[in-house]
Amino acid sequence: MALIKDGVEAKDSFVNTSHLDTLPASGDIIVSLDQWNEQRDALLARGTQLGVTLKSDQHPDSIADDLQHFALVALEFPAFTDGRAYSYARILRDQYGFAKELRAVGDVLLEQLLYMNRVGINAFDILGDNDLEQWKVAAADYTVWYQPTNDGRKTIRDLRNS
Amino acid sequence: MYRYDEFDHTFMAERVAQFSRQVARRMSGEMTEEQFRPLRLMNGLYLQLHAYMLRVNVPYGSLSSTQLRGLAEIARKYDRNYGHFTTRQNIQYNWVKLDEMPALLGDLAKIEMHGIQSSGNCIRNTTSDQYAGASADEIEDPRVYCEIIRQWSTLHPEFSYLPRKFKIAVTGAPKDRAAVALHDIGLRLYHNAEGKTGFEVLVGGGQGRTPVIAKTIRKWLEPEDMLSYLEAIVRVYNLWGRRDNKYKARIKILVNATGIDEFRNQVDAEWDKIKDTKLQLDAEEIERIRAYFASPAYETLPDYSAELIAHGEQNSAFKAWLASNTAAHKVTGYLIVNLSLKSPKQPPGDITSEQMLATADLADHYNFGELRVNHRQNLTFTDVRQVDVYELWQKLAALDLATPNIGKVSDIIACPGLDYCALANARSIPIAERIQQRFEDIDRLHDVGELSLNISGCMNACGHHHVGNIGILGVEKKGQEYYQFTLGGSSTEDAALGDRTGPGFSTDEVVNAVDRILSTYIEQRDDVEETFLETYRRVGMAPFKEALYGAN
Repeated sequence: MALIKDGVEAKDSFVNTSHLDTLPASGDIIVSLDQWNEQRDALLARGTQLGVTLKSDQHPDSIADDLQHFALVALEFPAFTDGRAYSYARILRDQYGFAKELRAVGDVLLEQLLYMNRVGINAFDILGDNDLEQWKVAAADYTVWYQPTNDGRKTIRDLRNS
Repeated sequence: MYRYDEFDHTFMAERVAQFSRQVARRMSGEMTEEQFRPLRLMNGLYLQLHAYMLRVNVPYGSLSSTQLRGLAEIARKYDRNYGHFTTRQNIQYNWVKLDEMPALLGDLAKIEMHGIQSSGNCIRNTTSDQYAGASADEIEDPRVYCEIIRQWSTLHPEFSYLPRKFKIAVTGAPKDRAAVALHDIGLRLYHNAEGKTGFEVLVGGGQGRTPVIAKTIRKWLEPEDMLSYLEAIVRVYNLWGRRDNKYKARIKILVNATGIDEFRNQVDAEWDKIKDTKLQLDAEEIERIRAYFASPAYETLPDYSAELIAHGEQNSAFKAWLASNTAAHKVTGYLIVNLSLKSPKQPPGDITSEQMLATADLADHYNFGELRVNHRQNLTFTDVRQVDVYELWQKLAALDLATPNIGKVSDIIACPGLDYCALANARSIPIAERIQQRFEDIDRLHDVGELSLNISGCMNACGHHHVGNIGILGVEKKGQEYYQFTLGGSSTEDAALGDRTGPGFSTDEVVNAVDRILSTYIEQRDDVEETFLETYRRVGMAPFKEALYGAN
């Protein structure tokens, strides 16, 4: 298992605690929205970096006022066909100005990585070495885009006008 | 028409390379069919009853003669020498092989065509009026906006995994030939009181199991705001559309459940946030695209209508064809000519490679090298000189493309049905054939007049039966095919869903049932000017019911 962040392999300092009964005493953790709502003060008192997972039916409005506390937001894809989190990513980036890590977790196809990248998701869990190679290929599938998003890439319209 | 520039070509080349790699991974067994399925669907490749079927987009129905030749060549090389035009202005190949797909897509890319998003839960081919740019009643050319939507919707990163498929149609004329009220989003171009062009925006229309006529979400939208407003609608749908049940997942269900007023508020709230972003279209960009759709070099010609009518007096077959298969042009001396793909000898919408090649030659000679595919599964030459029309008719007749039945009872929309489709419950094509054979007599055909008859082989309604003036739905009951009738449907500017007549009819009874419906109409109509739909709306179901099922 490897983490790809901003296009390169990165060390993952976070522990996902959603399946744990008790939180680790120290270190960076990712919690569920329920955990955050229930243990907010205790979590803030840890002094570690925090991440929160939004399930595919949890709209980012639910964390809009708390975003300054999070070093990452993990967007869960329960099935690759569930595309709600693409819109969540755009809302987090474009409307709430969230500039830190947006991580895709769950059922993600290689072919979806570029789409996710374009809506603002900049980190992915990759399963094995073979996948890492394929990820590199998939990440280079396209060099031109029609739609404007806030990912900094030039659109075909920009290129035509330049 | 639109031509790819270097960026469009780069995009297509990258797409073909990507899909070729995916096919290779599938062929080598590195990928399972389950993993491959979403990838092939995003390229328009279905697995049907007997073989793979490839659906190729014809953007808003516009084709060049070069493209048609390419499509003919593909039918010859990779299929059984024919193609099938669909109700969404696409062409389908029914017998393609998986290992030949990379080469086939490469050939398609050479003629600037592809199957991207012709399937899957994404924004599908944007459709339009087949008379765009030529029709006498047109307000503004809808193709300009269709092309802008085509580019925006192609591999949209946010909207490629929607709850369900999403269809957009645009019309620029008061007479709606694009069935915009039966689409997820329908755009109607019109001029406001100040003479400015804008859109009326409709949302939440659709057919399928739950047919719904779209509702107006916005009475006036500036063209510059088109993409931001579309993006707002599709985002609200992506966020809140149902994903627990695919039969409840279309936007029409969300709009009905939310209520159009609340849905409008949600869209407006989203729109406010994105209106002034790069989605805003400037007038320059609209004009840049418009330039691609400049009128062809029309000549200054005298009106030749009287001569054509005189020809008709000499030749009744030409007269019938002229009356039904042509339409008024905006420029004097020109005519719009429809090529019927509804000969009784071929399934509705089917065309052979030979017919495609010959049609391409005729398009070069008579129609500035272009043609259109329309949602009633016929082809259209939009810009024919009236002086050429008689000669063109003779050539079309020799190709069996001049059946004088456009807009008549034998101009049947039919889905592929149980002969091809994995979802169908009943056959559609043989029913269409039988009806066409019964109504081959031109005098009877023209006496019955303007009428749409649509057949679907299952409740998914690909054959548009809900909105046929006469709709026929194939169902399966205890291993037998039965056909239920609806009357009074319409897909035009007065869109309506048909009413069920009552119990269905067996395969052997269907044609007689159609006959009885038509005889009842002829008895009931005020005069020959009153169309079937007008008569039905005036007299209601009762006399038709009686004719079909007897007094009790």
